[in-house]
Amino acid sequence: MADIKDPALGWDILWHEVIVDITIIGVLFALLAAWFVFRYRRRPDRQQGEPPRLSPAAAVAWVIIPVFVFMADDFFLAANGWQLWNTYRDVPADRLEVKLESGMYSWDYTYPNGVQAQNELRVPAGKPVLLRMSSRDTLHSHFIPDFRVKEDSMPGRVTYLWFYPQQPGEHLVTCAEYCGVMHSYMAGKVIVLPPQEFAAWYAAEAAKLAPPVLAPAAKMKRKSA
Amino acid sequence: MHLKEWIFTTDHKRVGVLYLIGSMAAFAVAGVMAMLMRIELSSLGPTLTANPTQYNVWLYAHGAIMILGFQIPALTGFFANYCIPLMIGAKDVAFPRVNALSVWLFYVGIILALLTFFLPDPPDIMWTAYPPYSILTSGNTAFYTFTVLILGFASILGGVNFLTTVAYMRAPGVTWNKLNIFVWCTVAAFVLQLIFVPVLGTAVTLISFDKYLGTHFFDPARGGDVLTYQNLFWFYSHPAVYVIFLPFFGVVYEIVATFARNRVFNYNAVVIGGIGGILALSGVVWVHHLYVSGMADWIRIGQMVTTLLISVPVGLMVIGLVGTLYKGAISFETPMLYALGVIFLFLIGGLTGIPLALTALTLHLSDTYYVVGHFHYVMAVAGTFAIFGGVYYWFPKITGRMYNEFWGKTGFWLTFLGVNIVFWIMMDIGVQGMPRRYYDYAQFPQFEHAHRIMTAGAGILGIGFAIAVLNWIVGAMKGKPAGANPWGSMSLEWTTVSPPPHGNWAAPPTVAEGWHPYGYGTAQARAVSPEPPARPTL
Repeated sequence: MADIKDPALGWDILWHEVIVDITIIGVLFALLAAWFVFRYRRRPDRQQGEPPRLSPAAAVAWVIIPVFVFMADDFFLAANGWQLWNTYRDVPADRLEVKLESGMYSWDYTYPNGVQAQNELRVPAGKPVLLRMSSRDTLHSHFIPDFRVKEDSMPGRVTYLWFYPQQPGEHLVTCAEYCGVMHSYMAGKVIVLPPQEFAAWYAAEAAKLAPPVLAPAAKMKRKSA
Repeated sequence: MHLKEWIFTTDHKRVGVLYLIGSMAAFAVAGVMAMLMRIELSSLGPTLTANPTQYNVWLYAHGAIMILGFQIPALTGFFANYCIPLMIGAKDVAFPRVNALSVWLFYVGIILALLTFFLPDPPDIMWTAYPPYSILTSGNTAFYTFTVLILGFASILGGVNFLTTVAYMRAPGVTWNKLNIFVWCTVAAFVLQLIFVPVLGTAVTLISFDKYLGTHFFDPARGGDVLTYQNLFWFYSHPAVYVIFLPFFGVVYEIVATFARNRVFNYNAVVIGGIGGILALSGVVWVHHLYVSGMADWIRIGQMVTTLLISVPVGLMVIGLVGTLYKGAISFETPMLYALGVIFLFLIGGLTGIPLALTALTLHLSDTYYVVGHFHYVMAVAGTFAIFGGVYYWFPKITGRMYNEFWGKTGFWLTFLGVNIVFWIMMDIGVQGMPRRYYDYAQFPQFEHAHRIMTAGAGILGIGFAIAVLNWIVGAMKGKPAGANPWGSMSLEWTTVSPPPHGNWAAPPTVAEGWHPYGYGTAQARAVSPEPPARPTL
């Protein structure tokens, strides 16, 4: 279990890193501009700018050096972003795989054993969950803010996302792609249960599924006999 | 007023003013839509209307009209028309009657767009009009299609006209390396329009074909594909961001150079590296709008890199702008306040785009208020500030009169305060998960307080914009005579009288060999400073 990387945790780390990065750039530029605005304000003895004469070499340097600095930062962020992207897209092999069909306006889940659920996705703590998603009508986007993940579902294609619930608890699911009149009310939740509790619920739901087809029929036969 | 003279005008300045009036009307309507939405969201549950479709129609109208009816026409219609011939020393555009046709088409387009509110089933499809919803809805999609086609056609006519004008109608001596940055920016924007507008036209036409003619371009059940639309749409609509960004940044360059009375820092780097770099990259970054749409992983990663690289040309343009302040002689009239405001807003907007460029971070941020806050900062608000600053800047030239400086500054500070309240909070609750395009936020009751503050902020910025527009109206009627060149600018448009006559100059202007639109600090500039004569010999 320890070797599974949690994308949500990675998201928080990278977000923090990028915010530090852009804050430094932003504050530097803002302070520089503010200093120029203050230092070079128009005064009675300064009615005209005194622009620096850029030599051809300086003009080229003022392109090459910023380009180099910006690109270095871009590639640094791109490398980190790509690494996290791989975490988001490589689904651990040991996982619970659930099918999701979205529709106006509900989330319909189907577990591997055929158990179905609407708007409430129960999952065991400590096991990665993979959703294979499609839609029966318009676009929807299964957004779980707590797990820092969303992906659109649509008719005609199957998309996927995975998340790693580790502690029991409830997490909001909400639609993030405009899907119709009631878009803002298309919500559900992920309910993370302790593994034993989940297993018990899962078995009970499966039991409800299988027998009803046979049992009432058998009873009826006995009665008629 | 001689209404007929205005309607049938072929004078580029009058065509420009017609564009300004039309786009400001569109801005007012779309602004009212924004206020209605903000009031609706100021409390949980229904506030103004109990019908989510009503809210969705406002949202559609706000986005579509602000972009297609206000920003693009104000920048590539009004500013381009008014300023380009004056800046290059031409007596008019190359095809004045085509120009008149394009402004007529523009009016047809915005009237169609404004009719949205009088239709039985107005479009509720968002300005993006993604299928399948835009095909399934009872809302009127054809309406949007025709608005886009007509406005797009007007824009293509403008593009052909202005590229020809800049190529062939420059005054003797106004060489390519003596063009104003605004002219370069607008030329680049029109190149983008000519390349990409047809793609948007295709996308929205296919939507209406699917809906009304029974085709299946976007219907997977019959062999279509929903993602095709999103690719077509953003293949235009991302470059459209630069169609807005480039001219508005050009306007800001003009204002900053004039009020700092300074040479544009590293002109060649701004034109070749900045504007050229944006042109080169603009067509290969659209997938960053589709990071969570189910595109193939390889293209999401590939366009993450190209998207990050946009920071290079944009960075060069910002360096050029901040560098123009260096060793300037800066004064702070209203246009300059707006220009400095744009630098600040654009810095926030541009840098908050970097997390969104990273595919992995966007898996959480996409379709939240963070995105809405970001693009309002970087494009909507920064662009609108540049438009307002630009109108203030050329106001003495257009009307021959001066606006009221006190009310100009008051309007600026109110708007500046308002936008920062609204859009900073918007980004903040977006990171915490607030999704966009929500009529109600029952799942997020913790954000009610933030929404209420944003609504108050929207009220403040609305008052600020209203003050600015009133200031123009009063100034145009009663302002003091402004003179030909109240700012002491070196640029060519200030060498003619205000307002310029039909044909712009009594005699065709010629420029001296040493002249440059930003030639401040030279002996020539000192000779005409601080208040140059009405018709300086250049």
